[in-house]
Amino acid sequence: MSNAMIDFGYVRPRSVAEAAKLLADEPEAKVLAGGQSLIPILKQRLARPSLLVDVQALDAMRGIEIDDSHVRLGAFTRHAEVAANARIAEALPALAHMARGIAHPQVRHMGTIGGSLAHNDPGADYPAAVLGLGATIVTDRRRIAADEFFTGLFDTALAAGELLLQIEFPRHRRSGYCKIPHPASGLVNTGVWITRLGDGVRVAVNGASPCVFRHGELEQRLAAHFDPASLDDFQQPAQGLNADMHTSAEYRAQLVAVAARRALSMALSH
Amino acid sequence: MPTLNITLAVNGQVQSHEVEARTLLVHYLRDHCGLTGSHVGCDTTQCGCCTVHLDGRAIKSCTVLAAQAQGAEITTIEGIGSVERLHPLQDAFRRHHALQCGFCTPGMVMQGIDIVRRGRGGDEAAVRHDLEGNLCRCTGYQNIVDAIMDYAGGAAGDAAVAVEGRR
Repeated sequence: MSNAMIDFGYVRPRSVAEAAKLLADEPEAKVLAGGQSLIPILKQRLARPSLLVDVQALDAMRGIEIDDSHVRLGAFTRHAEVAANARIAEALPALAHMARGIAHPQVRHMGTIGGSLAHNDPGADYPAAVLGLGATIVTDRRRIAADEFFTGLFDTALAAGELLLQIEFPRHRRSGYCKIPHPASGLVNTGVWITRLGDGVRVAVNGASPCVFRHGELEQRLAAHFDPASLDDFQQPAQGLNADMHTSAEYRAQLVAVAARRALSMALSH
Repeated sequence: MPTLNITLAVNGQVQSHEVEARTLLVHYLRDHCGLTGSHVGCDTTQCGCCTVHLDGRAIKSCTVLAAQAQGAEITTIEGIGSVERLHPLQDAFRRHHALQCGFCTPGMVMQGIDIVRRGRGGDEAAVRHDLEGNLCRCTGYQNIVDAIMDYAGGAAGDAAVAVEGRR
């Protein structure tokens, strides 16, 4: 049998308290959600945990709650559940649209929103929705604002052993998302999320740089006029953007402008 | 080397094997259950040759630990039909010449059944979109799409449910 992964143990706790204790007792333990990012990383030996704590049985990470002001998703909500949920499509159509486009169907059947956020891959979709909507991350210890959550490449504000339980999205229906995916991997090459708030605009850019970020200039332009004409002379500087064998920083800068126009068009349609 | 006893139902039969915790579901199926129809093409979540159904949904068994599937129901290509009695989608693949070397076919068939189960088999664009995670290097996909749409057109939704629940 071929297997490139190092040895590790596996446990499936039944409660948040049990999971937290396992993580506290074993410093090299790692949380396993759907595994669609973690298992490939284990195969590449980029992570070498001693123990995987599978959170699939934790009720506190399940459930989709929608009221007049918020959509709350359990961290273990799978992408396919978000994609197929008619109430989410009504409350936050851009979020449903995003979920329908993550990777491919087999990955969407396993992958979870909590896993995606905790991993914070620059090529992931959900960080743009969380930052662009100004969502709140609820853990077993505290509430973390989106603006504080994404701290760097593959890095978040989550402390060692802290469990991400729920994501609380404010219902700003006038949102749009456009990504230009890498054609083979499906990862986000460059994406833009735009949300019209009561008193302003939030714009989050993913894929283009090491970590998802808010785009101040686009927010100011669109807050003045939430209209495509506001983007007519917009030019994204290439400085600081990712450059790799697929895409130069200059081309990614072009894609930021393209994705912003398309995301705005979607937001205006809602 | 930590081991676990993994018990799950594969094609309606209970399987129970002592395996290393790091064992992937596809290796559990091939090496411990002796079901070699699920193929390891890329081992990197790209090709879809290892696609099986976990509690009725298509997943890539090279990117799921056997331990994650503890207590679940798995359906593999061996569970949906036989040489004597092909599954209607297998029959459609044969009639449409939707395979050449056959390596990707088990994954294509399991994914095709899932596409139709989700009610997306009647729309060519949806079928093509939902085959994004399955690679075929022989046929150029056209005949695969034709076979899935043919199966979707023939009361396939009901047939798929019946076959999934069989045995």
